[in-house]
Amino acid sequence: MKNRYEFTMDYVRYLDDAGDPLDELPALAADAGRLIDAYRNMVLARTLDQKIIALQRTGKCGTYPSVLGHEVIGTAIGQCMDRHDVFAPYYRDQATQLLRGVPMVNMLLYWGGDERGSAGWELCPQDLPISVPIATQCCHAVGIAAAMRIRDEQRAVVVTLGDGATSKGDFLESVNLAGAWHLPVVFVVANNQWAISTPRGLQTGSETIAQKAISGGLPGHIVDGNDYFAVSEAMEHALDRAHGGKGATVIEAVTYRLGDHTTADDATRYRSADELRSAWDRDGIKRLQSYLHHAGHWDAAREKDLQAHCRDKVEKAVHVYLEKAPEPPAAMVDYLFESLPSSLAGQRERLARKVEGGVS
Amino acid sequence: MNASAEKAIRQDEAAPISHRVTLVEAVNLALAREMTNDESVVVLGEDIATNGGVFRATVGLKERFGYKRVMDTPLAENLIAGVTVGMATQGLKPVAEFQFMGFIYAGFEQIISHAARMRNRTRGRLHCPLVYRAPFGGGIHAPEHHSESTEALFAHIPGLRVVIPSSPQRAYGLLLAAIRNPDPVIFLEPKRIYRAVTQTVTDNGEALPLDTCFTLREGDDVTLISWGASIMETLQAADRLSEQGVSAEVIDVATISPLDRETLLCSVAKTGRAVIVHEACRNGGVGAEVAASIAEGAFLDLQAPVVRVTGYDTVMPYYRNEQHYLPQVEDIVAAVEQVIAL
Repeated sequence: MKNRYEFTMDYVRYLDDAGDPLDELPALAADAGRLIDAYRNMVLARTLDQKIIALQRTGKCGTYPSVLGHEVIGTAIGQCMDRHDVFAPYYRDQATQLLRGVPMVNMLLYWGGDERGSAGWELCPQDLPISVPIATQCCHAVGIAAAMRIRDEQRAVVVTLGDGATSKGDFLESVNLAGAWHLPVVFVVANNQWAISTPRGLQTGSETIAQKAISGGLPGHIVDGNDYFAVSEAMEHALDRAHGGKGATVIEAVTYRLGDHTTADDATRYRSADELRSAWDRDGIKRLQSYLHHAGHWDAAREKDLQAHCRDKVEKAVHVYLEKAPEPPAAMVDYLFESLPSSLAGQRERLARKVEGGVS
Repeated sequence: MNASAEKAIRQDEAAPISHRVTLVEAVNLALAREMTNDESVVVLGEDIATNGGVFRATVGLKERFGYKRVMDTPLAENLIAGVTVGMATQGLKPVAEFQFMGFIYAGFEQIISHAARMRNRTRGRLHCPLVYRAPFGGGIHAPEHHSESTEALFAHIPGLRVVIPSSPQRAYGLLLAAIRNPDPVIFLEPKRIYRAVTQTVTDNGEALPLDTCFTLREGDDVTLISWGASIMETLQAADRLSEQGVSAEVIDVATISPLDRETLLCSVAKTGRAVIVHEACRNGGVGAEVAASIAEGAFLDLQAPVVRVTGYDTVMPYYRNEQHYLPQVEDIVAAVEQVIAL
């Protein structure tokens, strides 16, 4: 006797590279206000991004990973999530964080070397700070989802990661647990083709990343990550499942990292100009803008206003960031524990005697 | 199920009663007590629910508190460490068991880069009120990788508390304190003395203080400083020294990080001599931090160099030779004789 187990993976896109519909659009396309809000958030994320890179180049910000090429995925995630869901981000999720109420000043502070960047967050105070160690946030996400299950809450967790992160045990172990425990979590893999200099093809022999879901007993979906409709539809579906107690989902959103890995990287060392140029042709922001134009929701004047509005918002945040004094040096021990252990009292006193810029 | 643990679990919570229990039974009592007191306490780990843990530390908890609060996890230590962080950030108080300390290393990234830092990196917005429990140390003829004492690895990490009980009473009181503490605690249980002695433990929910050494025996001539299973040999050495007319003070450090230097320095100021005893290897061990603290804080009180009696700077031998690795009573007595002679 022989049993056969078969799995399939679908790849979904609704818009062609020029922004013209390839198919009948999902119902969410009827909500023009939502589409315009999405477009505005994408432009804001990109404007902020370009500004932070400029700040880094002029010594006013630390090493920074660009969001370029991830704005569509991030915006779709942010719009679909409920305020009471929990977001477990990595470091290319600026577009989602804007929609989760993380102030731009906080993002600037974080990349500008100030721990207060991950403090506050009044709209979604349970969201995790950015996870720098690759894929580790996946384990937190399933832990949070387990906490929701333990408390019988109808909430869900969304965790994001890159294609490189799917090689790590943290991702695979978390997918495995999400299946075993039937957890309300959505894994969104932003497959941007590059993990610093390692191309997608060297990262895994797996034909798709989404099929890694199968090993944990989860459904996996592939969407065009530059197609707002495809990402939004997949997110809505996955969150409905999670909120409805139907378990976890893995979404592979295929995009391209249009920038360097970080400001400390030089991608011309390992990838061709031709490849980059053709990726720009598939840029999802331009695609949605073009769709909005054709649908009669957008025009040149509104575009001009939006660009000015975004620049102004970013400039104001940058001003606040640059004017903000660093925390007193003693703050570095003040948040280690809830209360300072007596063994640290002497070290805190030494820090308290330090003044900004030197030791007194 | 162990009879006394079963009895302890079935007792009426309202009427604390005293039990003669071993150290591992005291762990069980403390877990049951705090799960009763606080609904946000959950326990998780490999084989801990239905099986009650390979050392039976969690026996009976699933039956009493249900599978939602007592969770068998897949066999993935990194996952256990990280899931615990996620739960803790949302207000649960998870107590995760690593089956043996030798398998905790897969969880290092989660413990060091997340559990220990969450409060600091969010400036208090989120924090991790969690406990990672692990049996540690040698002396039970266990297989390879089951006998190491690597507590110094954790003591080096800012943001972690490292707590080691050395008796049933301290296991009960310190574990309650660890669970109630709003920050991450590595709770290392010396498995060599899991069942070595019984003590009367009153299950009244009273915690013992963290960040504090316990002076187990007062003395005037030398301070013996130890923790974990080595406390047994250290106390026996103090008995033997007493017969020789040497009065030894014995201190159980208990919380090896952050370190209660004050108690240690006060004792050394009185005795003028210090011998540190630990099972872990010497190089870079917590004994070095204790010795350096004494050198910095009580140098002028010292009448002899600080001496360490420790495991050797080598891989923990398989069990045929483990007794030669572990500090013995004779080693401690000899070290004291050496410093007394000076």
